[in-house]
Amino acid sequence: MRALTATPSCLAVPLPADIISTVEFNHTGELLATGDKGGRVVIFQREPESKNAPHSQGEYDVYSTFQSHEPEFDYLKSLEIEEKINKIKWLPQQNAAHSLLSTNDKTIKLWKITERDKRPEGYNLKDEEGKLKDLSTVTSLQVPVLKPMDLMVEVSPRRIFANGHTYHINSISVNSDCETYMSADDLRINLWHLAITDRSFNIVDIKPANMEDLTEVITASEFHPHHCNLFVYSSSKGSLRLCDMRAAALCDKHSKLFEEPEDPSNRSFFSEIISSVSDVKFSHSGRYMLTRDYLTVKVWDLNMEARPIETYQVHDYLRSKLCSLYENDCIFDKFECAWNGSDSVIMTGAYNNFFRMFDRNTKRDVTLEASRESSKPRAVLKPRRVCVGGKRRRDDISVDSLDFTKKILHTAWHPAENIIAIAATNNLYIFQDKVNSDMH
Amino acid sequence: MFARGLKRKCVGHEEDVEGALAGLKTVSSYSLQRQSLLDMSLVKLQLCHMLVEPNLCRSVLIANTVRQIQEEMTQDGTWRAVAPQAAGRAPLDRLVSTEILCRAAWEQEGARPAPGLGDGHTQGPVSDLCPVTSAQAPRHPQSSVWEMDGPRENRGSFHKSLDQIFETLETKNPSCMEELFSDVDSPYYDLDTVLTGMMGGARPGPCEGLEGLAPATPGPSSSCKSDLGELDHVVEILVET
Repeated sequence: MRALTATPSCLAVPLPADIISTVEFNHTGELLATGDKGGRVVIFQREPESKNAPHSQGEYDVYSTFQSHEPEFDYLKSLEIEEKINKIKWLPQQNAAHSLLSTNDKTIKLWKITERDKRPEGYNLKDEEGKLKDLSTVTSLQVPVLKPMDLMVEVSPRRIFANGHTYHINSISVNSDCETYMSADDLRINLWHLAITDRSFNIVDIKPANMEDLTEVITASEFHPHHCNLFVYSSSKGSLRLCDMRAAALCDKHSKLFEEPEDPSNRSFFSEIISSVSDVKFSHSGRYMLTRDYLTVKVWDLNMEARPIETYQVHDYLRSKLCSLYENDCIFDKFECAWNGSDSVIMTGAYNNFFRMFDRNTKRDVTLEASRESSKPRAVLKPRRVCVGGKRRRDDISVDSLDFTKKILHTAWHPAENIIAIAATNNLYIFQDKVNSDMH
Repeated sequence: MFARGLKRKCVGHEEDVEGALAGLKTVSSYSLQRQSLLDMSLVKLQLCHMLVEPNLCRSVLIANTVRQIQEEMTQDGTWRAVAPQAAGRAPLDRLVSTEILCRAAWEQEGARPAPGLGDGHTQGPVSDLCPVTSAQAPRHPQSSVWEMDGPRENRGSFHKSLDQIFETLETKNPSCMEELFSDVDSPYYDLDTVLTGMMGGARPGPCEGLEGLAPATPGPSSSCKSDLGELDHVVEILVET
């Protein structure tokens, strides 16, 4: 298994730390955005690798910070609307500016990020500070010249997509057509045009006529990376529905239903809860889907609806602890999952600040820890092991000593290189594979 | 943990619950565990009443779990699990409170109000629930527990607290007031709906087959009750805005 090292910028906490709620690389991997519980977005930029400093393998430094969402109050329901950023998605870059969508429970915003590194100097009518000159002192005309200045990153909200959702938004996904995107809440999915904020089309609605009949909610959704008419959404009952927007305006009827039959030997009162899919991601190739439920990650082939083609146990030792995890609400934790650039390795988080990687080809897996102690810059991360009774090796951790408050819910993988971003509560860790980064 | 086939403990001869519970002469630890899971789930649903809108996914999953337990208990015939005279005995406190909850379900069909969870309205763990309800039990013989404060009041308070609990799960189009009132959904999760597993009495209640308890026709009372629930809810909105 590849060895991961902590980068020098591995621990990046620029502001009073708040719990990180989402992490996302842009399409080139040059930028990394994080959103937090306080409604802030922090963008990191990878420094170009320089020959002068071969040690700096392209570290990520803070590029921009801005307040994306503020807390709001819904007067009708007497409820607060949290400013926590649920998801960030980058738009494909079409000009010098970068754009991203950020969303809280109710409102999606489109932000434009521009750089300014030059400014005009030599005005005729104004002096250096901008004050009007005394015209009598102006004896000749000059053409203002652009001179370099310290880089300034400006972020401005370009669109606000509000009032589209009654329930809490859990996902946003930009379409491959680069013109539309979708937003999904617990019961509905809406399609928006990036330039139009006062209208959106409802494409999925699973709200029952009588809310007492509600037994299933939407948990995640994503557009297919290449086919702009296809999208998938997952449910709290563990099913995936692939929908084709060409089939009908309202895609309540799925084109394909992916569902694994329940294993009767493992049946318990918690079976449904642990089968709830917390995240779904298409592979880069578009051929597969990756899902995360409470105890496993599964790879599905779009051509096979009956069952996943691969299932990986993330922390099966928790299966006997489900009642306690139900009691302390941990069973409802929503872990995300990620593909690497070549779709050969999948990654997901767990408890105790552990995260897991599964190599689909070699079938080997590794457990690593994101913590200050084990992440000195350029230190190689040591594989960890959770022991379930029986023989215990020296550095093993027993199931009962796991810290369930330290959960890694959000992880991201660079689109091309072996660089990963791990959000551990209020710390962001960036790890990269020193050995392989030269070899891709 | 909750695997079936858990060895049942024989607690002794005195545990002779009503004869209708065929075969279940002893209190099994599986039933106890299942009961505590049910209690825990109901408390969790209560705790949804917070400043921020509760997580719908979590609520739905918990409600489904409650439904599952109730279905299984119905199949087992253990829906009315424990002898009422067990009130006051320490290890069975929890069972008493649940028995009262279970009573609440079909007592209501007979147009009897049920304080249920509303009275306690505790935000604490399950253990808090027990003292409240088991304190009531010794005071009143079980059949008249609900009559103490007068049916109307109790029912009102029950519904009010249910509504308070679940109004945050309400679905309303807030765009205009007319639509607001015309489109009032009753709370998506109705306590006795879950406990009885029925929607407006479409299915026979869990009391079917149990000695001395005729399946009631819940139609008129449940619709009356849901109207009352809607009314309470509308009043609450008016008061709050």
